[in-house]
This record gives sequence, structure tokens and C-alpha cells, in this order.
Amino acid sequence: MAKRRAPLDIKVLPGFASMAVICLLVLYVPILVLMLFSFNSGNIVTHWEGISLHWYGVALQNDEFFSAAENTMIIAVSATVIATSVATLAALGMTRVKPWKGLTAAFMVLNLPLMVPEIVTAVATLSFFALIAGKLGLNFGIGNLIIAHTVFCIPFAYMPIKARLEDMDTTLDHAAADLYAPPWKTFRRITLPLLAPGIMSGAALSFIVSFDDFTITQLVAGPGQTTLPLYIWNQIRRPMTPEINAISTILLMVSIVLVAVSFLVTLKKRR
Amino acid sequence: MQAAKLGAETSPREREGAAQEAAPVISIREVSKVFGQGVAAFTALDRVQIDIGQNEFFTLLGPSGCGKTTLLRLIAGFDYPTMGEIRLFGQDIARQPPFKRPINTVFQNYALFPHMTVGQNVGFGLEMLGRPKAEIAGRVDEMLRLVRMEALKDRRTSEISGGQQQRVALARALAPQPKVLLLDEPLSALDYKLRKEMQIELKRLQHETGITFIFVTHDQEEALTMSDRIAVMSGGRVLQIGSAHDIYERPTERFVANFIGETNFLEGQVQGGGSVALDAGSVVPALPPEGFAPSGRVTVVIRPEHARLVPSGTAGSLAGTVSNAVYFGTDTHYHVTLGDGSEFMVRQQNSRASASHEIGAPVGVAIDEGAARMLRD
Ligand SMILES: Nc1ncnc2c1ncn2[C@@H]1O[C@H](COP(=O)(O)OP(=O)(O)OP(=O)(O)O)[C@@H](O)[C@H]1O
Ligand SMILES: [Mg+2]
Repeated sequence: MAKRRAPLDIKVLPGFASMAVICLLVLYVPILVLMLFSFNSGNIVTHWEGISLHWYGVALQNDEFFSAAENTMIIAVSATVIATSVATLAALGMTRVKPWKGLTAAFMVLNLPLMVPEIVTAVATLSFFALIAGKLGLNFGIGNLIIAHTVFCIPFAYMPIKARLEDMDTTLDHAAADLYAPPWKTFRRITLPLLAPGIMSGAALSFIVSFDDFTITQLVAGPGQTTLPLYIWNQIRRPMTPEINAISTILLMVSIVLVAVSFLVTLKKRR
Repeated sequence: MQAAKLGAETSPREREGAAQEAAPVISIREVSKVFGQGVAAFTALDRVQIDIGQNEFFTLLGPSGCGKTTLLRLIAGFDYPTMGEIRLFGQDIARQPPFKRPINTVFQNYALFPHMTVGQNVGFGLEMLGRPKAEIAGRVDEMLRLVRMEALKDRRTSEISGGQQQRVALARALAPQPKVLLLDEPLSALDYKLRKEMQIELKRLQHETGITFIFVTHDQEEALTMSDRIAVMSGGRVLQIGSAHDIYERPTERFVANFIGETNFLEGQVQGGGSVALDAGSVVPALPPEGFAPSGRVTVVIRPEHARLVPSGTAGSLAGTVSNAVYFGTDTHYHVTLGDGSEFMVRQQNSRASASHEIGAPVGVAIDEGAARMLRD
């Protein structure tokens, strides 16, 4: 047959190195600068005066920050748990059953939120909650935010779970049934453990997406429902201090730790 | 050669065969399986009828797509027949889900649970049956000893070789002591040497456990060497069931004769007294298949090792000319063109005494006594 071509070594392409360096700089320099200035001892964000943990101390004593962090955690954890459960069921219902009419349509509906501009979803959600508050007198307080977050988290949770399910060998289910496991035991002992890494990735993605959502939260949030992104946004409209840098750095660390943990868990399960 | 054949006529295996009819473990009654509906309907199994006895090594043999896996899936319970019954000790189980059937499967790709150790895999069935922990532990060790895998009990299944995975799959399926073990081409993923080893191993396991094995293969050699009885399948139908010897020496249909080993087909006219006047010019005695009374035109089948080349003009031989000779070391295959233009192959043992024949030379083909058999088609 045809001669097999040697795989292209991307590193020898002209301009590869400089492109890579530019991309990395654009991506990470702002973040590094932000982190660096969180250790600034002075109180101007752009003027370095000396190293100190002063602003971390300020941030950790800031009640507004803590209340925002609390709201964020409540919303992110609730939305993650609900969205991941729904996404798991949806993924099972769309891969482990006989193909049914409307399967493709259901898939579209589930993933559409990924394609709709977030501001559109935000306005729609706001109108929706305004409507039910006006007509039915219903207001779920922070529940509104949880519902809104759950909705946009579902497709993020769904993707990795579905991918994992599709990779999974269905003869394993047959093997379990063959070895006297009724369906629910097959699910608990075989399907669920093998699906766990997918569920973890889905949950981690949901959490991150909910954790730093701004647009929808900004529109839907009622009084006293400030989340961390909203809090930061409010702070930078005033004269900024490195406290904001400290808070942002803490946020970043939480994200990194989460992603790292979910990555390690996935890696361990895969083995 | 003749003597061996006559001896086999009443081999213990066939006497066993008679006992099997008395009390089949598994009895497949008129089972049909149709996939799809209307114009897209496809009959994967067509009124299959098989009885399989206690302690039998039974093989389903047939070309790709003939319905072997489909039949196995129906027995295991992964799918249900469109029509017919599958009886286990006389009780119809055709509609029972797989987890209620005392039947276990060795899957072609092994289907070991990747998140469990070798030991946990082997114990899974017993665990699902709710057996006490101590019993499970003992049985797992026993099974692993049986397949010579005790040392690897705590390994993950991804950390053992293909042949070892095969053994674990076997141990896992045998551990709950099923009434029937189903094996779907379990050796096809192994290399030649390992396959030969596992063939012997499988026979040993079947012998030691006394469990009925239903084995699927499309490898005729594997089927002939391992099976007590073989069902030859084609296009969803069972064409013939019998011992390896039966299937090889007494095929009833052209497909069976062709699928297993090399063979010669000769056309002819049935004459009285169990003989056929061959178009190629001689009259040979030939037996019809059981329960079949032929008349008119028939096809006669003769295995290449049941004919000899004799000097041209020998009485009772078929006249022809050598068209090709292929040397195989221990024997030589002579292709002879007969009077009616048909090709006939003779397999002749090479010995110092046997004469070699030039291509183009006129020869006679003498057929061994009782070697010719009429086919049903
Ligand atoms: N779910 C299905 N839907 C439609 N047709 C099917 C289905 N399963 C099997 N078939 C068809 O039934 C026929 C028999 O398939 P089966 O898998 O039993 O063959 P097989 O004898 O096991 O072949 P192989 O040796 O290749 O494994 C094939 O023609 C196949 O295409
Ligand atoms: Mg098959």
C-alpha cells in the first residue's frame, strides 16, 4: 500500500516557537501580574511597594467577601449536585436504551444552552422569574439562582458523562447479568463505578462554570445575593486596592485545586 | 484406515449420544429468530432444533453470519426467540432474563470487569447469588487453581496478558457451577500456540467440572478435535448434527461436506441396490443419508483420502488424466480430470513404494469400499 508518512513534527514548523510563546504570554502574564500584586504591601494596584500578606489578611476579615463566598458555595454546590444527577440520568437515558423517537431532538435540547449567547439566557431567565413572581407570587430567593445555574450547568455535566458512557463496553452489563446480577445491581456494581470518572469531570466542570458565572447571576440575583464574581465586579468600580487581587488569587486557587483533584481522580480510576 | 473407521462406528461417544436423547440438559425446540419487521425482516435463525446432553462438549460450527452468536445469545437470555422454546431440564426458559438462568457465558472479548481484581471478577457471580463470604473465598481460590491463575488473584484485569484474561473469564463463568457454559469463539483472539494450549485446557476443564459446554467456532479443525458432537449451521439453519466422525465421514449435505475438509463431488444416477452410476463412467456402491430414499439424479461425495490412483484401465476404476500434482511432504495431492470433465482430487501418502504420476498421464481412480456417500440435495 501507500508509503506511510512520518508523522509531522510540529516543533520544526517555522514560527511555531514564537507563536507558542506569544500565546502563553497573553494567556498567563495578566494572571501572574494579578497574583504578584496580591502580595503588594502598598494600597495601589499598579504600584509595587513591597512584599506582604497584608491584603490577604484584609480579605479574610471582610464580611462582605465571606458572605459572597458563602452564597457562591451554596449556589455552586447545589447547582453541581442537581445538574450532575440530571445529566447522569439523561446520559443513561440516551445511550443505554433502545433508540426512541425524538432522541436526536432531546440531545439538541439538552445541549442548546451551550450555543445560546449567555446574555440571551440571562434576560430570558430574568423575565421568567419576574413573570412567576408577578403572576404566581413565587420567589425562591437564592433558589432562583440555584435553578438558573443548574440549567446552564447541565450540558457541561452531560458532555463528559455521555462520552464516558459511549466508551463503555456494553458486554460488561451482559456479563454482570449473566453472573446473576439483576439490573439495579448491575448498575450499582458495574455501570456506576465505571462511570464515576465521567461523573467527576462533569461535576468539576459544572462547579467551575457555576462558581465564576457573572452574566446570568448579575441579572437574576436579588438583594443580598451577591456572589464572588459580583462582589469583585462591585469592588473594581471603586478605587481598587490589592485586596481584589488577593480575593481573585484565592478564587483562582480554589479553581486550580478543584480541577487538579478531579483530574487526579480521573487518572486514578482510568488505570 | 478402514479398520479405524469401522471401530469408530460404535465408539463410546455415540453410545453416549443415545443416552443424551434420553435426558437432554438443554433442548432447543423449533427456535426462530427474526430481526426487524416487514420488508426489512431478516431470519437469523430458522426453526433450530437441538438437544444437548449432560456433560457434553457441543460445538456450533458455521461460517460468519450463520447465526451462531444469535443462538448463544438466546440461550444466555440476552435476547428472546421470535418463536420456539428453549428448555432447560424440560422447563421452558426462553423468556427468563439472563440473571435467572443457571447458564454462564465466556465472552469473545472476555468482558472482565476492569475496576475489579482477578479474584473479585471470579467471585462476582457467587456474590450476586448471595453466597456466604467464606464460601466465595474458597471457591475463588479453587477456580483460580483450576485455571492455574492463583498467583495473580490480586492483580487488576488490565495488568494480565490476553491468555491469562481468557483463563480468568473461564474461571469466572465456572465459579457459580452453571448447568451449561456458553463459549463464543473464546480462542479466536489468541495466537496459534496459545490457542492449541487452551483447546487442551478447555477439554480438561470440561472433563473435570462435568458441565455441559456449548462452544462456538468457525474453525473446523477446532470443532473436529474438541467436540463430542457438532452442529453445522448455515444461513440460520442447522444442517447436520453428529460426532466429528459422523460429520466428516458421513456428511448429508453438500454444504457440510464442503465446509469441513476437502472433498470430491461426483454427479450420477441412482440405481437399485444402493449404487450410483457416475457420469464419470463407473458404478459405485454408495449409502444414502439416514431417512432419505434417493431416486434419479444424486450427488456423491468421496473424501480425497478414500481414493487411490491405479493403472489406467483397472476394472471398476474411473478413467482420467492427471492434471496437477501438489507435493505436501507426507502426502501428494493429485488432481485428476475425469471422463465427464469433472475434477477429482486424490490424496496419496508418500512412501518409497508409492509410484509418482506425471502430469498428463492416463490413470484410473479406484474408490475405497464404502467411501462413497449420497448427499441429500
Ligand atoms: N440485532 C440484530 N439486528 C439485525 N440483524 C442481526 C442482529 N444481530 C445479528 N444479526 C444478523 O444475524 C445474522 C447472524 O448473526 P450472528 O452474529 O449470529 O452470526 P455468527 O454466526 O455469530 O457470525 P460470526 O462468526 O461472524 O460471529 C447476521 O447476518 C447478522 O447480520
Ligand atoms: Mg458470532
